[in-house]
Amino acid sequence: MTEVEAVIGLECHVELSTRTKMFCGCPNEFGGDPNTRVCPVCLGHPGSLPVPNRQAIEYTMKIALALGSEIARSSLFHRKNYFYPDMPKNYQISQYDLPIGTGGHLDIDVGGETRRIRMNRVHLEEDTGKTIHAGTTGRIAEADYALEDYNRAGVPLVEVVSEPDVRSPEEARAYLVELRALLEALDVSDVRMEEGSLRCDANVSVRTVGAEELGTKVEVKNMNSIRSVERAVRYEVERQREALDRGQALVQETRHWDEGRGVTSPLRSKEYAFDYRYFPEPDLPPVEPDEEWIEKLRAELPELPAERRRRFVEEYGLEPAMARLVGGAGSWADFFEEAVRLGADPRPAANWMTGDLAALLREHDVDLRSSKVTPAHVAEITALVSDGTISTTGAKQALAAVFADGRGVREVVEDEGLAQISDTSALGAIVEQVVADNPGPVEQFRGGKEGVIGFLVGQVMKASKGAANPQEAQRLLRERLTADPQAG
Amino acid sequence: MTELCDLPGHELGRRFRSGEASALDAVESCLRRIEAVDGRVKAFLERTDDAARRAARAVDERFGRGEDLPPAAGIPLALKDVLATKGIPTTCGSKILRTYVPPYDCTPWARLREDGAILLGKTNCDEFAMGSSTENSAYFPTRNPWNPDTVPGGSSGGSAAAVAAGEAVWALGTDTGGSVRQPGALCGVVALKPTYGLISRYGLIAFASSLDHVGTFTRDVRDCAALLSVIAGKDPLDATSLSTERRDYTADLDGGLDGLRIGVVRDWLGEGVEPGVKAAVESSIDRLASLGAHIGEASLPHTDYALSAYYLIAPAECSSNLARYDGVRYGHRTADATDVVEMNMRTRGEGFGDEVKRRIILGTYSLSAGYYDAYYGQAQKVRTLVIRDFAQAYERFDLLLGPTSPTTAFRLGEKAEDPLAMYLSDIFTIPSDLAGNPAISVPCGLDEKGLPVGLQLMGRHLDEATVLRAAHAFEQDLGFSARPPLLEEASA
Repeated sequence: MTEVEAVIGLECHVELSTRTKMFCGCPNEFGGDPNTRVCPVCLGHPGSLPVPNRQAIEYTMKIALALGSEIARSSLFHRKNYFYPDMPKNYQISQYDLPIGTGGHLDIDVGGETRRIRMNRVHLEEDTGKTIHAGTTGRIAEADYALEDYNRAGVPLVEVVSEPDVRSPEEARAYLVELRALLEALDVSDVRMEEGSLRCDANVSVRTVGAEELGTKVEVKNMNSIRSVERAVRYEVERQREALDRGQALVQETRHWDEGRGVTSPLRSKEYAFDYRYFPEPDLPPVEPDEEWIEKLRAELPELPAERRRRFVEEYGLEPAMARLVGGAGSWADFFEEAVRLGADPRPAANWMTGDLAALLREHDVDLRSSKVTPAHVAEITALVSDGTISTTGAKQALAAVFADGRGVREVVEDEGLAQISDTSALGAIVEQVVADNPGPVEQFRGGKEGVIGFLVGQVMKASKGAANPQEAQRLLRERLTADPQAG
Repeated sequence: MTELCDLPGHELGRRFRSGEASALDAVESCLRRIEAVDGRVKAFLERTDDAARRAARAVDERFGRGEDLPPAAGIPLALKDVLATKGIPTTCGSKILRTYVPPYDCTPWARLREDGAILLGKTNCDEFAMGSSTENSAYFPTRNPWNPDTVPGGSSGGSAAAVAAGEAVWALGTDTGGSVRQPGALCGVVALKPTYGLISRYGLIAFASSLDHVGTFTRDVRDCAALLSVIAGKDPLDATSLSTERRDYTADLDGGLDGLRIGVVRDWLGEGVEPGVKAAVESSIDRLASLGAHIGEASLPHTDYALSAYYLIAPAECSSNLARYDGVRYGHRTADATDVVEMNMRTRGEGFGDEVKRRIILGTYSLSAGYYDAYYGQAQKVRTLVIRDFAQAYERFDLLLGPTSPTTAFRLGEKAEDPLAMYLSDIFTIPSDLAGNPAISVPCGLDEKGLPVGLQLMGRHLDEATVLRAAHAFEQDLGFSARPPLLEEASA
């Protein structure tokens, strides 16, 4: 088997969350009845003209600044010409050789190591509409007719293109997680891959380890989650490796990722015959940001995820790995800091979030932002655990209940009787009962079988329906069994 | 007998205010003239008679209440059919837009309407403004009122002919390679192409975006200044419109010519220029000198290449601008295609005429990978040189002068089968479209066939005021009063 390495470049399309579309005043919102968010400009009516959205240009510059890209002092829009019915003008206003941002990098963590992925460019363009192929089979080639929805046409879209510095599917995933966190921190996009506000194509090739030249590049499209990018890249790298092992030449082509079957297959290989006939968009003047504008935006940049994670380690004493989990995405880090601000002990709060809460979210396929659990809930849980009001077990139950209905933690603890029984008299009665009901194990313990104490504590927990403070239960059991050997 | 429809707008405005005439009288006069001559001239593609009468009555009511209305109020006008008008068919002279009714107004018309100007209808033009004779209209050719066997020029031939024939008092056209000035010259009316970006292109259905200008047709220079005052100025809907304040261009008309330095572009009075044109322009130079202008000789060496550069840049932009006519959203769609690609191709094949197809193919080619640098890229460099030529000439001169067109009106069909001969018709107008500087064509006499000759005065970027002042002084002194023979028949 040839020793080969993967060479991967990622092209991400980010829909900006501006108030209006890129070149007109239509609202920029996801969804809506077909063709209700349209006007002469975004429908490409004869005579209509584009007027650039200043907010979109600012968002693009912020992304570029956050990635350390160079901001062009004069950047141009170009027309990318090709016919497709979802594109109202049959050209897309995009950028070509003078994008807003050039160069820069994104640092990613994989297996405890930091890898620097260089950026190629950050450019601004307009999104297309959506074609719905209607017919009995659902396959494009067999569709009876097609419908067009232009609500998305003209939504500002930023293309973030990396250099081919990504070396593995894991790195591809880490890159996307980090980029998404960065975009979230900048608050410039909804970054929802399932709604298409973040889309990613991967350029994948393989080459012999140590080789300088790049192998034949294959573009993989149609991944709708970070996980599917990782899977698609893994599949494609393996496919290419196997082809090379068999001595087969690879074809430069675009391949389509099939999420259900977990394979890529050739798509539009004719695309390489396309000539987009780029030329400068005569309807738009160059974008020429002055120093003052750039510096104002630089000053407005929020704390970026990498800095924030460093601060979590230094300020809250989180382990770097834990900081990565919490700080991976803006909403998680915000949630965490809010919980800490509300009095949560940082490390337990981080543990609860990345452990039980993350598991609940995964299990129910809910996003943190849309879950009923608030930072206040987490702060309360850590407080109640640390003052002994509830046990860890009780806390798990309380969190599950809060997750289900959003009640207050104290309310849940009361309603469900989750408070720990630390009160010696209440607990003493239960201990008495357990000792009386379990003569065998009591005998074994007295005979020197120390381990049996665990079983007896368990019985106390069971009898108290989990409400007993286990430390206190053990203390009382030991006291009871050693102080008065004849009483049982 | 002079009728209301033959008067300049400023004289109509005076009569509206003195009560000697009403806006409705002016509209009815134009409509009668249209009835009388348009069967021969064929300037209009679409008429809006009823809406015009309603609008005129509304203006008259406001005059009746003693309102102080802007100079455009009550002036009957026509718009070239490449200018979008809400609710009124706008076809660009093309079959592909035969059914198209825009959902919005172009900015120039929106401003005129706001000021009370009255729309009589949409005028014929070469398809998508591609042509110099209005013979490329998909509907019918327009005739020159001075001699119906000749063309009115183009592409804004309908607007020029309408003003020349008294069918409209004002008209707007568009000038991409000379399409306002050349028909203005051939029809004997005043035609201005202002600085690129002075008038919004919003709603001007694009042929070649970096060259397309809205321009004016009027009976005299004072009207030209008045019309420009309404439509010029920054428009937030056009990112290429210049940050200029709206101003009254009629205010500086009477400054005269004294001391103005005028450079004659001598190369434009040589080979290929008809003797009648040459003679009229030469005598105009003498007249300007006698009025106090300093005359010198100017050189625009790179304008020899301007035509070639234009015929790469304009088709390139056209190939992209016209891509949207695909049958999907509006306009013509072929009857029974089996898939979208076939639908696109057949729609375009059926909808576009030969000249449009020729330019789409030319433009597609010049933008193609491997040819871009040699064609489109090179043409842009030539354009830069042309701009530099003008800049250098304006260091020595306030205005440049030459003929508007090398010929007077030619016969229908004479150049229709010879695209290159037709393209040469715009050889003196194209440079100012490439450079974006203002240029006006004013009638300066008749040739031996009795056809009008246009004198072209070109000014510095955004210096419309000097162009208009000089044109006005010239016009006042010349007193050009000839009328198309057709009008004598119509009035008789």
